Amino acid sequence: MQAVMEHSASGARELAARDFWAGRIDFMRVLVIEDDEETAAYMVKGLKESGYIVDHAKEGRDGLFHAMSASHDVLIIDRMLPNVDGLSIVQAIRAAGVKTPALILSALGSVDDRVKGLRAGGDDYLTKPYAFSELLARLEVIMKRSGGTAVETKLRVHDLEMDLLSRSVHRGKSEIDLQPREFKLLEYLMRNAGHVVTRTMLLEHVWDYHFDPQTNVIDVHVSRLRQKLDKGFDKPLLHTVRGAGYVLRPPTD
Amino acid sequence: MPESESRKRRPWIIRWLKIWTVRVVLIYVALFGLSVLVLLGFVYVTTVGFIDRQVNATIDAELNGLRERYAEQGLAGLLEVIGERIANDRTGETIYLLTDGEYNQVAGNIQSWPTDVERQGRWASFQIDRAPGEPGLNGDVRAMSFLLDEGYHLMVGRFIRERQNFDNLILQSIIWSLLITVGLGALGGFIMSIDMRRRLDRINRTTQRIMQGDLQQRVPVSDSDDEFDRLSRNLNAMLTQIDRLMLAMREVTDNVAHDLRSPLTRLKSRLEVTLLSQKTTEEYRRALEQSVVETDKILSTFNALLSIAQAEAGSIGDNSDVIDLDSLIGDIAELYEPVAEAREIEMTVRLGKIPSIKGDRHLLFQAAANLVDNAVKYSPNGGKVRVETRRAADPDWVEVVVGDSGLGIPEAERPRVVERFVRLEQSRTTPGNGLGLSLVSAVMHRHGGELVLEDNEPGLRAILRLRAS
Repeated sequence: MQAVMEHSASGARELAARDFWAGRIDFMRVLVIEDDEETAAYMVKGLKESGYIVDHAKEGRDGLFHAMSASHDVLIIDRMLPNVDGLSIVQAIRAAGVKTPALILSALGSVDDRVKGLRAGGDDYLTKPYAFSELLARLEVIMKRSGGTAVETKLRVHDLEMDLLSRSVHRGKSEIDLQPREFKLLEYLMRNAGHVVTRTMLLEHVWDYHFDPQTNVIDVHVSRLRQKLDKGFDKPLLHTVRGAGYVLRPPTD
Repeated sequence: MPESESRKRRPWIIRWLKIWTVRVVLIYVALFGLSVLVLLGFVYVTTVGFIDRQVNATIDAELNGLRERYAEQGLAGLLEVIGERIANDRTGETIYLLTDGEYNQVAGNIQSWPTDVERQGRWASFQIDRAPGEPGLNGDVRAMSFLLDEGYHLMVGRFIRERQNFDNLILQSIIWSLLITVGLGALGGFIMSIDMRRRLDRINRTTQRIMQGDLQQRVPVSDSDDEFDRLSRNLNAMLTQIDRLMLAMREVTDNVAHDLRSPLTRLKSRLEVTLLSQKTTEEYRRALEQSVVETDKILSTFNALLSIAQAEAGSIGDNSDVIDLDSLIGDIAELYEPVAEAREIEMTVRLGKIPSIKGDRHLLFQAAANLVDNAVKYSPNGGKVRVETRRAADPDWVEVVVGDSGLGIPEAERPRVVERFVRLEQSRTTPGNGLGLSLVSAVMHRHGGELVLEDNEPGLRAILRLRAS
C-alpha cells in the first residue's frame, strides 16, 4: 500500500508543484472523511505531498459537521462510516445547499452501488482498492467540473482548437480528421486539459461502460489520437503520465 | 420489551383472539351454528304453514257442512248434526258452539261464547279454560264463527295442540343441534388447527436448526401435495439455492486465497530483500516501481474475482436494461479494432439486426469484450477475427459469435477452461489471469444464457447464446 502511494504521489507531486508555480492553482483544501486510521493516514500524507491542505474527520457526524461548513474545495467521503454513513452525509449537505464536489469511496463496487452513490449527490465514485493516482486524477476533474458550467462551443488548448458545433478540430492552420470516438476522446481530454485522466475514467466517460479491460485497449486508442494530433508538430500536447494515465496540456516553456 | 408490554395491556378477549386456535374454533362454531339455525328455521316455517293451512281447511269444511245442513233442515237439523258430531269426536279436538242472538248457549261442547272473540267471519284464536269438573279439553283454540239467518251464532274451532307440539319439537331440536354442532365445531376446529400447528411447528423447528448452522436440514414433505407441501418444497428449493451460493462463495474465497497468496508472497519477499542492505535511491525507486506493478496485477485478479462473484450471486432483474446487442457489439468491435490493426489482424464485423435482449449492460459488455480480447490476443499476427451477431436456430434466442484463427482449444479441454484460474499450457506466455472465460460463463449463467465453445477450423469459436426479450 505504501509502495503504491509513494510512487504515485511523487508523479502527482511534480504535476501539482508545476501547476502551483505556474500560478494556476491555489492550495486546495480537501476534507477526508474516513474512519480507518491507517487508510486515512496514507491518504492525508499523499494528498499533502500532492499539494493539498488536508482536514480529516474520523467519523460520520464530525465529517458532516465539517462538510456543512462548506470551507473546503473538495470532499473525499468513505461510504461506510460510524454514526452517519457516507451517502447520508452527501444527501444532507446537498439538501442544505452545499455544492462542494464530493468523491465517494467504497468497497461496494457493483454498478448499482455506483448509481446509488451518484444519485445521492456524489460527483464521482471510486471503488476500493484503487490506485492513489486514480484518486488524485478524479479529484482534480471533479473540482474543475464544479467550476465551469457555462456551455462552451469551442475548446482550446494552446494551438489546438475544437469546434463543438461544426465538430471540427484544427491544430494551428491544419484541420485534423477524427473518427467520432476519437472526437469524443479528445473532447474529454480537452475539457480536462492540464489534469491527468486515467484509463478507467476514459472508459467511463468516452465509452460509457464500466469494465475492466484485460489488455490496454485504451492505450492503442490514445496513441492513435496522438498520431493525428502531434505528428509533425515539434511540441507534443498529449502526454502519458507513467503509472497514472494521460494528460493534454500546452507546452510548458 | 415494549411490544410485550403493550400486548399485556390489551383486554383478555383481544389476547384470546390473537391465538390462532381460538380463532379457528370460533369460526367453525359460528359457521356450524348458523347453518343449523338456517336449516331448522326453514323446516319450521314451511311445516308450520302447512299445519295451519290444514287446520283452517278442516274448520272451513266443518262450518260449511253445518251451514248447508241448517239451510236444508233448519235449526232442528243443525242441532241434531252438532250433537252427532260431538258424540263422534272422541278426542274432543273440535269445538262446536251454537248460541242465540244474546250469545246464550243453545248447543255445543263449550259453555259460553268467549268474550273477546270476533262475532262473525274472521279467524280467531283464544284459550279455553274450563271450570273444574267440566268435561272436555283445555288449551289454545283456533276458530271461525258464522251468523245464521235467524240470529243464531255458530262457531267451529279446533285445538291447535298439534301445532304447539311441533313448536316445542322444533325448539328442542334447535337447542340440541346447536349444542351438538357447537361441540363438533369446536372439536373439528381444534383438531384442524392442531394439525396445522403441528405442520407449521415442523417447518419452524427445521428453520431453527438451519439458523443454528445446520444447512443440510430440509423441511419434511408429506405426500398429500397440499399448500403446506408446496411451501415446504419451495423452502427446500430456496435452501438448496442458498447452499449452492454458499458453496460457490467458499470456492471463490478458496481460490482468492490460493491465487493471491503467491503474488503477495513475491511482493513481500521483494520488499524484504530490498530492505536487507543499504541501496541507492535509484535502486529503491526501481524496487518500489516493480512492487507497484505487482500490486496492480494482484488488484486486477482480485477485481476479476469480485466481478465473477457478483455476476454469480445476483439474479437478472436487479439491473435489467433493454439492450441492443448490435450496438453493444459494435462498440466492442470499435474498441478493439485499433488493437487488432496494430497486429495486422483482419477483424470482420457483421451485425445481424437481432432483437433486443434484457440484461445488465456493463456485465454483458465485459463478457463480450473478454471474448474479443481473447480472440485478438490468441490470433497470430496477420490472423483473422470475426465478430458476429445473429439469430439462433431457435427464433427466441440470439447469438454473439466471436471466432479467431489462433490455436483453438482441444475439445477435451473446453469444459475445463471456464473454471477459474485454468490456463492452458499453450497460453502460458500470453498475459492473463485465467479468469476471463469464467467471468463470461458467470455472466451468461446470470442472464439465463450459455457460453458455447466450438472449433473454428482453425481457431476457437466462442458463442454467447441469450434469450431475446
